[in-house]
Amino acid sequence: MEHQLPPLPYAKDALAPHMSAETFEYHYGKHHQAYVTNLNNLIKGTEYENKGLEDIIKTAPAGGIFNNAAQVWNHTFFWNCMKPGGGGAPSGALAEAINKKWGSYDEFKKAFQASAVGNFGSGWTWLVKKPDGSVDIVNTSNAATPLTTADKPLITVDVWEHAYYIDYRNARPKFVETFLEHLVNWSFAEANYAG
Amino acid sequence: MTKSWFCLSHNVARIALLAGLTAAGTAWAQFTQSPLPYAYTALEPQIDAMTMELHYTRHHKSAVDGLNAQIKNYPELANMTIEQVLCQVSKYNTAVRNNGGNHYNHEIFWKVMAPAGQGGKPSEVLAAAIDKAFGSMEEMRKLFSAAAAGRFGSGWAWLVVTPDKKLAITSTPNQDNPLMDLPEIAVKGTPILGLDVWEHAYYLSYQNRRGDYIKHWWDVVNWNEVNRRYEEAMRQ
Ligand SMILES: [Fe+2]
Repeated sequence: MEHQLPPLPYAKDALAPHMSAETFEYHYGKHHQAYVTNLNNLIKGTEYENKGLEDIIKTAPAGGIFNNAAQVWNHTFFWNCMKPGGGGAPSGALAEAINKKWGSYDEFKKAFQASAVGNFGSGWTWLVKKPDGSVDIVNTSNAATPLTTADKPLITVDVWEHAYYIDYRNARPKFVETFLEHLVNWSFAEANYAG
Repeated sequence: MTKSWFCLSHNVARIALLAGLTAAGTAWAQFTQSPLPYAYTALEPQIDAMTMELHYTRHHKSAVDGLNAQIKNYPELANMTIEQVLCQVSKYNTAVRNNGGNHYNHEIFWKVMAPAGQGGKPSEVLAAAIDKAFGSMEEMRKLFSAAAAGRFGSGWAWLVVTPDKKLAITSTPNQDNPLMDLPEIAVKGTPILGLDVWEHAYYLSYQNRRGDYIKHWWDVVNWNEVNRRYEEAMRQ
């Protein structure tokens, strides 16, 4: 099946000034699109040609097909992890799980920030739900994704340099702080936690 | 075996260096960035001035600071060259590996570049070695460019002299490099040419077009320095 670039859940300028339209022009319009195009080219004539995206991610060996498929999925998930006027704190069962793990939302933020800043090279930092219902923070490198593990992704931030270089240059700490303060979509995470 | 070859050759260099410094009455206790051998604007338009400034004063600088911060955990680092650290980096923590690699890689990177038209060309001896190893200069460039383009995520492409004195092309993830005594470094050797393909190296001018960055980068290669490094590696 032909994989498609899904529409953004908001306009390209909707997250400005925290994430600029120019960043979306490249990050969504070029990087995300390239992963979709590469994936479609790579799976032609292979056993993955008629598989769904998640199925490819869970079965493809390390290499181009996995990298492009996982990056398609990770980016689509990431766009949904943000919203105009985001930030604040989660509520309900997710808030309880976070408090149980870190003691408070502020302590969670510190831990998430430290994990994202320390994720060396290109990658992603995730809040995940473990099979026992508890939550944790996980770093992955390059295209790697919790989808191949028992963990359920709740929220992610992209820490490839292309995610923040236009708006923040080398200042990854400022980017992650802004993600938590102004962009993160906790209602999306709450729905993932409940689901 | 590979490890001892590298560490041995670097120790010889270190003893010579120490003797010189002792004679001069100088001791040093930390790693420093060499001055950039040209102005931030010097590599334009292939590499823009803002990229050079951020790359040198923030990315590279933070690695040097990070490496020096590890001297409190490993006091012996203060008396080692960066090459000595890397050829036995498996003894140290991830901060030494990442910051030490980062420092060494960028030191090479600045030196193997020069303003377009000022980098000379491969010496006869290097050109002959390239022809022997890869068939032609054109083929070497193709293979090196492919290694750089194919490095998924952050990393480096390298032309190295292997311990058996042959040329090889390889790439490493993040800030690893061919000097490191780590099992995952597939091709070990002394780098004579390196290309940074972290996105910070090209994003302001080339964004997602890494291939264009690689293509234009060849115009600013400082072959005079690559020739010098080749001859030095062959003598080691
Ligand atoms: Fe760099």
